[in-house]
Amino acid sequence: MTSPDAETATSSAQNGASPTDARRRPLVVMDQVTKVFSSGTVALSDMSLTVNGGEFVSLLGPSGCGKSTALRIIAGLGDVSTGMIDWPSSRINSKGLPEGDISFVFQEPTLMPWQTVFGNVHLPLKLKGISKAAARDEIMATLATVGLEDFAEAYPRELSGGMKMRVSIARALVTRPKLLLMDEPFAALDEITRQKLNDDVLRLWKETGITVVFVTHSVFESAYLSSRIVVMKSRPGRVHADFALHTSLERDAHYRTSEEYRQACETVSETLLEAMDGEDAH
Amino acid sequence: MVTSPSSPIAAKPVAASRSRDTLLKIIVPIIVVFTLLSAWQIGVVLSGVPQYILPSPIAAGTALVTDWGTLAPALWVTTKITLASLALALIGGVGIAIFLVQSRWIELAFYPITVILQVTPIVAIAPLILIYAPSTQVALLICAFLVAFFPILSNMVQGLKSVDHNLLNLFDLYGATRLQTLLYLKLPASLPYFMTGLRIGGGLALIAAVVAEFAAGSAGAGSGLAFRLLEAQYRLNIPRLFAALFLLSCLGVLIFAITSFLSWLALHRWHESSLKREN
Repeated sequence: MTSPDAETATSSAQNGASPTDARRRPLVVMDQVTKVFSSGTVALSDMSLTVNGGEFVSLLGPSGCGKSTALRIIAGLGDVSTGMIDWPSSRINSKGLPEGDISFVFQEPTLMPWQTVFGNVHLPLKLKGISKAAARDEIMATLATVGLEDFAEAYPRELSGGMKMRVSIARALVTRPKLLLMDEPFAALDEITRQKLNDDVLRLWKETGITVVFVTHSVFESAYLSSRIVVMKSRPGRVHADFALHTSLERDAHYRTSEEYRQACETVSETLLEAMDGEDAH
Repeated sequence: MVTSPSSPIAAKPVAASRSRDTLLKIIVPIIVVFTLLSAWQIGVVLSGVPQYILPSPIAAGTALVTDWGTLAPALWVTTKITLASLALALIGGVGIAIFLVQSRWIELAFYPITVILQVTPIVAIAPLILIYAPSTQVALLICAFLVAFFPILSNMVQGLKSVDHNLLNLFDLYGATRLQTLLYLKLPASLPYFMTGLRIGGGLALIAAVVAEFAAGSAGAGSGLAFRLLEAQYRLNIPRLFAALFLLSCLGVLIFAITSFLSWLALHRWHESSLKREN
């Protein structure tokens, strides 16, 4: 069994992504976090993870390995049972949570059906007390980055699954967060839409320099997107391997058919299998 | 002709069939009602049933016109009680529902009381209310209020508790205050439930306004339609009884139409219940 710590040490220091050193400060530090649900299930055990500015980290693992739980803890949703979670670069509010720096994209679009696309994207700003009129430019600009500027007045029910997800992403981006957390956001979408949205997220990541933590169970998705992959083991959830993913190529349609991508998928796949093998012996 | 665009051609029959649909929806019920009324009229005339047992529709219609001076004020009283009790029930139901869902403890402590009140037939406590209330009108108002209040309360509690958990998480994540979560999330999300409560409550308020007046045995000038019903019965003025019944039906239909319209107005743009199925 691979010791989590051995590989964690080398990972984040040298990832293959573009961001400059100035941004590479730790944004989230999880230190030996254990999470036990009220039912007694141990969802996470001694999980340590540091996410640095500018990274695109994928949390990869079999269903039920606690990756969503880890993501929620990173978001500040839900307490840890033991251990520590900190956001060193964020302003911490009275509830001990980071303020305004983190956005979350759920597996479902999670839109308010009674609001238009515009109203849904306005929400995070509205909660800060910014009026519709004052937020209009920002909202329209954000909608434009996800290609939905013509749908501002549409209601969620009028949109396709992929478009709803784009609204959800726009809502997450409108506050210009430092950290974007995505919980299997494209799992329910068809393959073509999924690839398109993967490209969109990559583009946004490069353009804005935002840090992304992306939960997925897809080897291909994680190998395509990530600058760093954290493979998790289940029962209880913990880090199995943590490694940077380098590529000399631009990540685009060509990359998908390249030898380098194939190799990356193989590496990730083998690591995931290792993690799942260990589980059987466990 | 092969290449002409098909949509304008196709559109016409669709539009035509839609307007024919609408026309049928209006005409068919009218024909049915008219046929039934005719059968009633003819039946009464042919069988020679005396008017004090079963009046003909025409006799009832005549009574409606000739007794309008007596019936109209009574209709107004019943309408006032119904609407006032419904308004109070809305305020009370929504207010108490918001209070109940504030914490598990509050709900635990108070919900059983609301259930006990709900399952007790309100007519049974009408005599009690009559003793305590300062006037019959107030007693009627309290009775009608209690009946209309519970469906609104229980629907509202259900609605406030049925909010998407991820949306709640999202509001937490953005540091929303309790008030913000209530105003921007919980209340809009429970709107469909509120509308269901409103439609049920509106119907029940009218029923309760009538039944409470029976129970209270109110009489005299300031009385509602229920008193006029009983009065007409005592006097064997059955055409007037039917006329009063007709007015109550109209009031009920009106309340139903208004609440349904409000519900449509509030929900038609986003809620499944108000959408036409496309397939």
